[in-house]
Amino acid sequence: MHLELGWIDYLILVIYFLFVLGIGWFLKKTVSGSKDFFESGRSLPAWICALGFIGANLGAQEVMGMAASGAKYGIMTSHFYWVGAIPAMVFVAIFMMPFYYGSKARSVPEYLKLRFDEKTRGFNAATFAAMTIMSSGISMYALAKLLNAILGWNFHACIVMSGVIVLAYIFMGGLTSAIYNEVVQFFLIVFGFLPLVLMGLSQVGGWAGLVEKLKPVSTNAGFAPGAWTESWTHTGSAAANPMGIEWFGLAMGLGFVLSFGYWCTDFLVVQRAMAAKDMGSARRTPIIAAMPKMLFPALVILPGMIAIALHTAGTGNFKLPPKDGSLDYDMVVPAMLAYYFPTGMLGLGLTALMASFMSGMAGNVTAFNTVWTYDIYQSYLKKDGTDAHYLAVGRWTTVVGIAASMVAAYAAAQFNNIMDILQLVFAFVNAPLFATFLLGMFWKRATGHGAFFGLLGGTVAAAIHHGLSLPKGAVAGIKGGWLSSAMHTYPSEMAQNFWTAIFAWTACFLLTIVISVVTTQRKTDAELKGLVYSLTPRENEPGMPWYKQPVTLGILVIAATLLLNLVFW
Amino acid sequence: MHLDVRLPIGLMFSIFGALLSLFGLFGGREVYEKHPLQVNINLYWGLVLLVFGVFMLVLVSRTRKR
Repeated sequence: MHLELGWIDYLILVIYFLFVLGIGWFLKKTVSGSKDFFESGRSLPAWICALGFIGANLGAQEVMGMAASGAKYGIMTSHFYWVGAIPAMVFVAIFMMPFYYGSKARSVPEYLKLRFDEKTRGFNAATFAAMTIMSSGISMYALAKLLNAILGWNFHACIVMSGVIVLAYIFMGGLTSAIYNEVVQFFLIVFGFLPLVLMGLSQVGGWAGLVEKLKPVSTNAGFAPGAWTESWTHTGSAAANPMGIEWFGLAMGLGFVLSFGYWCTDFLVVQRAMAAKDMGSARRTPIIAAMPKMLFPALVILPGMIAIALHTAGTGNFKLPPKDGSLDYDMVVPAMLAYYFPTGMLGLGLTALMASFMSGMAGNVTAFNTVWTYDIYQSYLKKDGTDAHYLAVGRWTTVVGIAASMVAAYAAAQFNNIMDILQLVFAFVNAPLFATFLLGMFWKRATGHGAFFGLLGGTVAAAIHHGLSLPKGAVAGIKGGWLSSAMHTYPSEMAQNFWTAIFAWTACFLLTIVISVVTTQRKTDAELKGLVYSLTPRENEPGMPWYKQPVTLGILVIAATLLLNLVFW
Repeated sequence: MHLDVRLPIGLMFSIFGALLSLFGLFGGREVYEKHPLQVNINLYWGLVLLVFGVFMLVLVSRTRKR
């Protein structure tokens, strides 16, 4: 597939880049200390933090991946939003933000240091820092590969260009610059993808028409006619739906372990809420973010469902490109852009896509430079520097972070397997993390040894489970079964992932409790004040009207999500 | 002194909107005849972007007056 760009498309791209750099340049003078650079001076209003919160998470891999998944699995993909995101976002806002924002911690690893001990912080900081660089590198690689494939641009030039632009605006404006650009990107994605969805829906005859057209897609794949358009109906058994997962694994693995592990403990997103100007705004950030987030399936999943419907029905000559005897699902978004957008709109669509690649990178890089500077450099290398020193370190860490991302991007291009293995290792490290935070925040008896060895144990449990199981039809190796011949075969890779997470979480949860009980708590109640639920005075914010209270908003968001689940049941 | 993020958003979307709608009005028609829905999407969506951009700018100027 090849797209032809006209002068107006290039013009739109160039204007976007000028704005991105201009925002960084204007914000340069607002950065006078490390707090401005790493925490936006804790000065931003909730709505900006909220849009940054979604923007940082909504990298282009997500946009393209969700569309691919929409074509492959249909409406069940929405579980990644309505089960796998919204409940956790409301939880972090109401129950966890008081500890993140209220404690003196400047990062998530630093919270672990205050609550538990140095080794728990060190473990989390090191794995998190490595993971952000890798994700940013993968983003970079994916962008360069895509631009090379659809526009014929030079791969190396794309890597350098994206790296330099992201570097420039973070170097100048720090976290504020990254967040502002995430807000811009949020609107670009909405306005760039909405016309695609509207035109697609009008061509397939609205939702009713789409349901009709997706019936043959389901039956051809050997499922009930509604399998592509009903999200829960076919989850009674894993064999009855295209995702190959049953409701329990879905709710526990995705809805609980993976989702809470990401939204509640990943500094990449939590950092956005911690940049808010006060406690009320910090707590409202994830909830305000949840409101557009719950509607995003319409924007990112629907295009995939429309694409496969058009392809199968042969409507209007739309075809998805083939790959290895199947379809190239990763090309759903570019194919839809090429089909519906003439030159002009095409520029806008591509700009939206590039913006989300870059903000995905920028989100990782800003989280990396904060964790590196505060949790690694300041804790282990130079404890007593001046603020100006740490600001300079932060700026130059951005350069190092981008350079390391480029190395990761080339590593991804060269050795596909190494990246897969690394990603797997990080998945093992992350899966148990939420158990540590849950116990840390709500059980004052949880000790440093308990947390650290619980985390290690959870990671090992994840590795063992993965090493002993295999998804259906896969060979032993990177997909699992590398310890011995597979003891259990899962109907799909997703089912295996969800269950790996469930095992890891449970192991970490139980181990942390057992080890905490047999070890002594070294932290006094006074030290744990503001870090543990039972030792923290309830925040009641005087003068905040009821409709602005996080709890009220949270209940509204949960009710709306429940409704969406029921409508598309 | 802080930059109001709605200002760059308003400016950028106004420029995009103006560009696309002018291109839709005065550019060649053949592209829309090949379009699956045969709509001049550049013109219509350009106007939507323009309205959004101007709306953001209005918000900025109202905050500034206060």
